[in-house]
Amino acid sequence: MALDNDLVKRYKERFGNAILEAWIDRKQAILVVAGEQLAEIATYSRDDEKFDWLSDLTAVDWPKREKRFDIVLNMYSLEKNERLRLKVQASAEERVPSVQGVWATANWEEREVYDMFGVVFEGHPELKRILMPDEWQGYPLRKDYDILTQDTAWVRENLGIESGQ
Amino acid sequence: MADQRIPFATHAESTVLGADEIILNMGPQHPSTHGVLRVKLRLDGEKVIGSECVIGYLHRGVEKIAEHRSYTQFAPYVDRMDYVAAVSNGLGYCEAVEKLMGVEAPLRARVIRTLLTELQRIASHLFWLGTHALDIGALTPLFYCLREREEILKIFEKYCGARLTTHAFRIGGLQYEAYDELEKDVERFCQPFDKRVDEYESLLTENRIWVGRTKGIGILTAKEAIDYAASGPVIRASGVKWDIRKAMPYAAYDLYKFEIPVGKNGDTYDRYIVRLEEMRQSRLICLQAIENIPTGPILGKVGKVLKPPPGEVYHAIEAPKGELGYYIVSDGTTQPYRVRIRPPSLINLEAFDKMIRGHLVADVVAIIGTLDIVLGEVDR
Repeated sequence: MALDNDLVKRYKERFGNAILEAWIDRKQAILVVAGEQLAEIATYSRDDEKFDWLSDLTAVDWPKREKRFDIVLNMYSLEKNERLRLKVQASAEERVPSVQGVWATANWEEREVYDMFGVVFEGHPELKRILMPDEWQGYPLRKDYDILTQDTAWVRENLGIESGQ
Repeated sequence: MADQRIPFATHAESTVLGADEIILNMGPQHPSTHGVLRVKLRLDGEKVIGSECVIGYLHRGVEKIAEHRSYTQFAPYVDRMDYVAAVSNGLGYCEAVEKLMGVEAPLRARVIRTLLTELQRIASHLFWLGTHALDIGALTPLFYCLREREEILKIFEKYCGARLTTHAFRIGGLQYEAYDELEKDVERFCQPFDKRVDEYESLLTENRIWVGRTKGIGILTAKEAIDYAASGPVIRASGVKWDIRKAMPYAAYDLYKFEIPVGKNGDTYDRYIVRLEEMRQSRLICLQAIENIPTGPILGKVGKVLKPPPGEVYHAIEAPKGELGYYIVSDGTTQPYRVRIRPPSLINLEAFDKMIRGHLVADVVAIIGTLDIVLGEVDR
């Protein structure tokens, strides 16, 4: 369902065409914004709209789409007791502006998205793997990443047997 | 060897070590890192001037597994994230899927969910208190805490047969009907429990060593706590009065009266006080809940095969450690397209570097303890 309340109007007034889409899903507001302006929109959300608490930053992979990744920011406002979700679409080659300067918490979450999806965040001070070993090949949460292939390779190399499955 | 470059650390200003500086590696096999956490410390004498947490040793790819299981099949996996508070994990997941499907559990189910989740919060805090005190050098509280926790685990065992990874709830309601003496058992546990919290307090609150080891250690101001998106007792100890149970009530929390304890200084001592008070408040919720458990069905109208309509939902609950969020994307099939789990332990741990700077090596264990992390949840 399309969303067109005061909040969206304020965002549109401020950022115009950078607000690509707005809709509501299960009573939760979602804004799709242009990647180039993410850092400014994030700063505005934190300072003017009071979404000062970044719950979560993650990504979703849609391999059939031209811009295959959704970077998803779940923001919460302690003052207004309200949640808002920002989404940015990005292709595999594209660099997404880092928001760790806006919310310190985004540092590890962006590292995790890089680790799991291979999305590169522009301006992140130390973008490296966080959960997987540094020498790991591939990005596990991509849809085209097969769990069995990687597992078999590791098992062969480390345990000397054909397959662990 | 002043010219030798040793690459280091998250926010370290310089990668070159000073003449008096050393790098100390702590963990992953260290008794007081609560699991397999590895911390690289940059020290000047005994003072910590930088740190880096290395995590991922317990990474099982839970989010990837979710994409290959049906909604129902995935439910037991969430118990294995925060394994000292499995009931809370299950509640968050079940409610998120229910929200995604647009169904609600019946009132009876919601009340029993609330009751069990609050018992779990007490159990989790008890385990935290025992181990945290043990880390700092007070051996005695552990025995008392585990004695009480045992009673809660026995209630869980009677309810669902499991003590830790309970899988107590089901999408749409409860897995099992409550057993006959549930209320009696809960009351038997709750009645003397506030006296027992007083007992823990008499061991620690005014204990000179305890106060010396915790007061002023690992201060996180309210502004920093918000910046780092700390949640649960960690942010409340910094003076932010925010609890999802009150702010956005779920399960049956809107039926019960309770207070949100807050601290002032955001140090290790305040977090201890906040958690103790939370146990007392949880006890009150349990007592209110058993007064009147409504009759009725325990399972809402959900099909055998769950197929939520396409779309997405973010649902967060107040787990013992903080905000536990589930972001689930459905593509209309029987398997989730994407499940993202927002673990409170991971995000709280991120503030570790901020909290430890300027303190001594001995305070590292105090700060890891006070964050109440569970590595199963940090790494998922």
